[in-house]
Amino acid sequence: MTNMAEDLKATHVTDAAPLPNGAPTAEDRRRTDRKRSPREQKKRTANMVIYGVLVVLVVALMVPFIWMLSSSLKENNQVLTVPIQWIPQEFVWSNYTDIWTRIPMMGYLQNSLYLAVIITCLQVLTGSLAAYGFSKVRFPGRDVLFLAYIGTIAVPWQAYMVPQYIMMQNLGLTNSFNALILLQAFGAFGVFLMRQYYMTIPDELCEAARIDGLSEYGIWARVILPLSKPALASLALLTFVNTWNDYMGPFIYLTSNRLWTVQLGLRSFVGQFDAEYAMIMTGSVISVIPILIIFLIGQRYFIQGIATSGMKG
Amino acid sequence: MTTETIPQAPAPVQSRGNRKQARRNTLIGWTFILPNFLGFLAFTLIPVVAAFALSFMEWTSFSAPKWIGLANFERMFASDSFWIALRNTVVYALGHVPLTMALALLLAMLLNRKLKGIGFFRVAIFFPYITSLVAVAVVWNMLFSPDSGPINQFLGAIGIANPPGWTSSSDWAMPAVIITSVWRDMGYYMVLYLAGLQAIPTELYEAAEVDGASAWQRFWNVTIPSLRPTTFFVVVMLTVSSFKVFDLIVVMTNGGPGRSTTVLSQLIYQEGIGEGKFGYSSAISLVLFIIVLTVTVLQFKIQQRRER
Repeated sequence: MTNMAEDLKATHVTDAAPLPNGAPTAEDRRRTDRKRSPREQKKRTANMVIYGVLVVLVVALMVPFIWMLSSSLKENNQVLTVPIQWIPQEFVWSNYTDIWTRIPMMGYLQNSLYLAVIITCLQVLTGSLAAYGFSKVRFPGRDVLFLAYIGTIAVPWQAYMVPQYIMMQNLGLTNSFNALILLQAFGAFGVFLMRQYYMTIPDELCEAARIDGLSEYGIWARVILPLSKPALASLALLTFVNTWNDYMGPFIYLTSNRLWTVQLGLRSFVGQFDAEYAMIMTGSVISVIPILIIFLIGQRYFIQGIATSGMKG
Repeated sequence: MTTETIPQAPAPVQSRGNRKQARRNTLIGWTFILPNFLGFLAFTLIPVVAAFALSFMEWTSFSAPKWIGLANFERMFASDSFWIALRNTVVYALGHVPLTMALALLLAMLLNRKLKGIGFFRVAIFFPYITSLVAVAVVWNMLFSPDSGPINQFLGAIGIANPPGWTSSSDWAMPAVIITSVWRDMGYYMVLYLAGLQAIPTELYEAAEVDGASAWQRFWNVTIPSLRPTTFFVVVMLTVSSFKVFDLIVVMTNGGPGRSTTVLSQLIYQEGIGEGKFGYSSAISLVLFIIVLTVTVLQFKIQQRRER
């Protein structure tokens, strides 16, 4: 699985680099050799066709986002019109200023951010520690324990959400952030993803560090962690996005409005004012923007993380 | 994934029967694992085991737990809601799995080439997968509006006189949910297929071309067999996730209209957390788990037989 990730990375790099040295691009060839062979000609036409298909396809798939953005800038009665207006007649920017007073959007964003940051930090820290124990330290019972971790990944969490809920109820933690933090920060997924990556780091490196007199904790902190930045980034981004987008967790555990996350707030807004189409779309756009930013910064790590682990969580 | 053999890491220090060293290693190993393990034990492992035990108990928010053997299962199999939820879950899976798989493969094949800007297309197609579910559900619900929603306007424009009522019709709510989820998930599986396609040696295609194989023959005789491990993985992941479908349904239709889109996970939630029937809901979750497990094992067996 890991070499697949590298392959993906490799193609991404070549895509991004405008003109890699050495290999002549179609552009170069055209310049040096005016006469194109029929085969090349055919390839060029094929590429144009593929570009065309891709553009149409991507635009079609992006329609929901285009619709969301365009509707968020309309009056309510302009949203569901016949025929469809793709560009608002008049841009209602005030939707983006009014929403903060209509619903406690700022509070929702803060709650989501708080949960996502805490859970991500804990998951990355405990996950990478445990992964070191599972991949670089050898002791009896280790592999059985790891199987237990993998085994629970296969159990749908809906199957044990009721015992979890009873437990949280008895601990008096329902309707608090702590319930969600405890439930989501120690996931088996993080351990699994980090371990998969650590397995690709040669043991000789740790061995050399041991001879140099580093303790196991020193090796983890000063040898392994710096080498596993891409995996750490993948795990952090995936955890952050998952927590930000999570609906069922907050839905089950957070009952009071002041604790609600963006997802719960948005859902409740839709339930209460289902005719406020434009404002609902404004809220949706605001809830997606943080994810879009994070995704644009770290898209390479998302894709690598998925190719490495093959799963999300 | 679960069947991967665990490679042995070499012992950090020469273990010449040095018991003190072994004990030290155990101690060090556990200190690394412990912070995660404590949380994992308390909030995942114990609840998993408890869910099994609870299935055989009568326990509600008003009564103490009592062992009742298979009574929960008898009640469940006699219950209408269980069968409706099971049927809906299966229908969802039958729509979601093949459609997502086919489209993901198609997209991956289109995008598996070195063209300028191809990265942008990949990223754009992947993006719906990490968009928040509530936003996705809300937007699609509006797109699906029966009277003046864009989808029905489009269907009207291409000459369909009586477009479906989608989420407001008990026959069309499930297809609407399936379309939304396929749109959301295919980018993710496309990434998996893309990784699979890039692992196929180009020599195979060149050899096939020399032998005069047509594009279709190359697809059928080179691409499909080479992708088998990826396909196996994709099918397992998709099936498992289909049987777990929960939040999309809760936000988009909340099981309605009527009970036309109620699924198993939702039933577990309603019975267990909604009505406090802890034992009964655990019995439903055990069934859900057994289905997921059976499907995985079955597909694994098929895969093994093919490889032989």
